[in-house]
Amino acid sequence: MASLVPCPHCGQRPKEEFTIKGAALTRPAAGADASDWFDYVYLRDNPRGAYEEYWHHTSGCRRWIVLTRDTVTHEVAASRDAADRPRSEART
Amino acid sequence: MRYSAFSVLLNGLRGNRNWASAWRQPEAKSHYDVIIVGGGGHGLATAYYLAKEFGITNVAVLEKNYVGSGNVGRNTTIIRSNYLLPGNNPFYELSMKLWEGLEQDFNFNAMVSQRGVLNLYHSDAQRDAYTRRGNTMRLHGVDAELLNREAVHKMLPFLDFDNARFPIQGGLLQRRGGTVRHDAVAWGYARGADSRGVDIIQNCEVTGIRLETGHVTGVETSRGFIGCNTLALAAAGNSSQVAEMAGLKLPIESHVLQAFVSEGLKPFIDGVVTFGAGHFYVSQSDKGGLVFGGDLDGYNSYAQRGNLATVEHVAEAGKAMIPALSRVRVLRSWGGIMDMSMDGSPIIDRTPIDNLYLNAGWCYGGFKATPGSGYCFAHLIARGTPQETAAAFRLDRFQRGYLIDEKGQGAQPNLH
Ligand SMILES: Cc1cc2nc3c(=O)[nH]c(=O)nc-3n(C[C@H](O)[C@H](O)[C@H](O)COP(=O)(O)OP(=O)(O)OC[C@H]3O[C@@H](n4cnc5c(N)ncnc54)[C@H](O)[C@@H]3O)c2cc1C
Ligand SMILES: [Zn+2]
Repeated sequence: MASLVPCPHCGQRPKEEFTIKGAALTRPAAGADASDWFDYVYLRDNPRGAYEEYWHHTSGCRRWIVLTRDTVTHEVAASRDAADRPRSEART
Repeated sequence: MRYSAFSVLLNGLRGNRNWASAWRQPEAKSHYDVIIVGGGGHGLATAYYLAKEFGITNVAVLEKNYVGSGNVGRNTTIIRSNYLLPGNNPFYELSMKLWEGLEQDFNFNAMVSQRGVLNLYHSDAQRDAYTRRGNTMRLHGVDAELLNREAVHKMLPFLDFDNARFPIQGGLLQRRGGTVRHDAVAWGYARGADSRGVDIIQNCEVTGIRLETGHVTGVETSRGFIGCNTLALAAAGNSSQVAEMAGLKLPIESHVLQAFVSEGLKPFIDGVVTFGAGHFYVSQSDKGGLVFGGDLDGYNSYAQRGNLATVEHVAEAGKAMIPALSRVRVLRSWGGIMDMSMDGSPIIDRTPIDNLYLNAGWCYGGFKATPGSGYCFAHLIARGTPQETAAAFRLDRFQRGYLIDEKGQGAQPNLH
């Protein structure tokens, strides 16, 4: 990643247009155990290498996107709209 | 060899040819009582206090690179103890007291300079927050003064007091805060630990942690297996990677923070000043360069370099605070990788593995903590119980709901 971030809707856009949320994790079901919620809210794999994360195109199309980015080289391998993630995958 | 004015003079007369190296370059032994992973400020300080205060000298510090290559040599050298929360404040004040006696204690010139840290405020609400912080500090026996606009103007007349959006109304000053020569801290602790028998092994990367029946028996390294009775992790920025070798998942993300230094200028700013309205802080080194920085880049990174967007943002914020900065040329910029914890506060604790200890999560404020962190970690390792000022820095506080969230940002590491 230089200073440009690819948005699936707007193309290459300056990084300043985005807000970074962080790890694109799988959200536990509402009634899941406290330990599952603890894991989701507080624990991170924090990998060296490929990483999926939520970015918000705040000053652009205002869509949430999922970037696949390398945490060592900063290269972005893929970018897709967060809604394209199967809902089951995002919610269970 | 003890350093003194006399030894400097004598060696100077001899053409500086007879200085002994400050620490040895030993081969690793096959086994140690304590192995510390990470030869940054915290790892070296831990080794120093283990040997000096707690009589544990069969210790190795394993550093994958060279001493000072990590954050201890990349930070902007600011020390302060202006914390609000009870879990933090006494610890950082202990660290400040250790700074005040450090150079005599380890016989090394670390250029500890209590030149004052001033946090500017720009609104009534911010003044009230700083009043509360200052009062809390004073209740804990820490110095704090609330300055009005005139008092700040007298100190720093060149600030943009009448900035249309963020006029400067005053500031919270901690006079005992200041700066310390960061490399010298690493070198001083390394030398002090080495002279008491600690082996500092550089270019030795820990690549695995050997566990037998839930107990650490040693570490795999780029120089082979080294055994230990106790393993202590102090791998700032890489804590998640090292902890994972023992199967632990931490409440930490690694993020990059950048810093900058300008060309040398005549004396301009004598203390540390932080902008209350934007992401900018600055001090001037004894060489004359302005040392400044801002906020995190905001994305997880292990790259030790940052993004141009942040460079621009820091420059803009700096210029909003000090218009004269627009004429200053930047010489260098760099980045460091830090453990950002989920509440912005550190961890000094045991782990679920009984002879594995963890020192992590120092975020962008761990340099000032170096002496306190080393002392408290050594205390925990030697005595098995937390040092009283560090008792809140528990690994399980997230699960128990006892977060220490100075900024009130919640579990969003890039905002702390
Ligand atoms: C740009 C910047 C500015 C900052 N400014 C300030 C400031 O003004 N004031 C302040 O209080 N704090 C500041 N900080 C934060 C502070 O620098 C850190 O919190 C602190 O230095 C971390 O502790 P350390 O010194 O032990 O880290 P480090 O020096 O990073 O030590 C960790 C060491 O572990 C080693 N290591 C990692 N993995 C392994 C392995 N597998 N095997 C062997 N060794 C390993 C690394 O090579 C490294 O040397 C700043 C940080 C940055 C990046
Ligand atoms: Zn877009």
